[in-house]
Amino acid sequence: MILLLAGLVISALAVVMIRDLLKAAVSLAVLSAILTVILFLLKAPLAAAFELSVCAGLITVVFISTISMTKLRTKEEVAKHQVERRRRFRLLPAIVVAMLCAGVALMLPHLGQMIPAGVPQVAAAADTAVFWNQRQADLLGQIVMVLAGVLGVLIFFKESDKP
Amino acid sequence: MSLLFTLFLIGASLLIAIGLYGIVVTRNLMRILLSVEILTKAVTLVMIGAGYETGQMGVAQSFVITIIVLEVMLLVIATGILFGAYKNNGSLMTDKLNNLKG
Repeated sequence: MILLLAGLVISALAVVMIRDLLKAAVSLAVLSAILTVILFLLKAPLAAAFELSVCAGLITVVFISTISMTKLRTKEEVAKHQVERRRRFRLLPAIVVAMLCAGVALMLPHLGQMIPAGVPQVAAAADTAVFWNQRQADLLGQIVMVLAGVLGVLIFFKESDKP
Repeated sequence: MSLLFTLFLIGASLLIAIGLYGIVVTRNLMRILLSVEILTKAVTLVMIGAGYETGQMGVAQSFVITIIVLEVMLLVIATGILFGAYKNNGSLMTDKLNNLKG
């Protein structure tokens, strides 16, 4: 599990720090895939299936299509921004390492009091029952969000009538 | 609190730090969207860890699915806005989005 969490953090760093947007989008897909493995290991197959199909699949496709519709910068522009970019992102690895050290330092004194993982799970069959029977308000909200998204796409991608 | 949940909290806080840093520092609209995605992954991680900790995976999974739907809708609408900005300005850099400047 620690390796998977480390993989999550490394791929998130790659998303933010890699210069090429296509590679950054692929790194985000890798991040989603690692999160899917974590969800499966924690016995959440429903959420894992959604994460894999929607986040690692659909969102990556949307990102890559959008990136391919935009123009790449010229070599002169890239060289011009390279130095400034390095200067802006040099702090990030240091911040991550500092936060990691702080987290471990805060955790270590309480290590003896922590209970081991492995909390009893509810029956797998109850998961879908909770989703359909207890969370109807969420379902309604999701339907409204999907309709709002469709409306938004129709408005934003509408061709202008003006000549 | 279990050791696993503590590790999840540390991992999620690192993801949130990376995402916020990306949003604050970068000037590319697409990369800002990618950073927002990292933030939602952190929320997903905490949510599922909390479900595992309390033994209520059904509720946690339904929340995660709701988050994923919201995430996709956010992404689609933001992509539409981004595409419109690109058509108007020919660039995805935020420092060139100054059409409303007096």
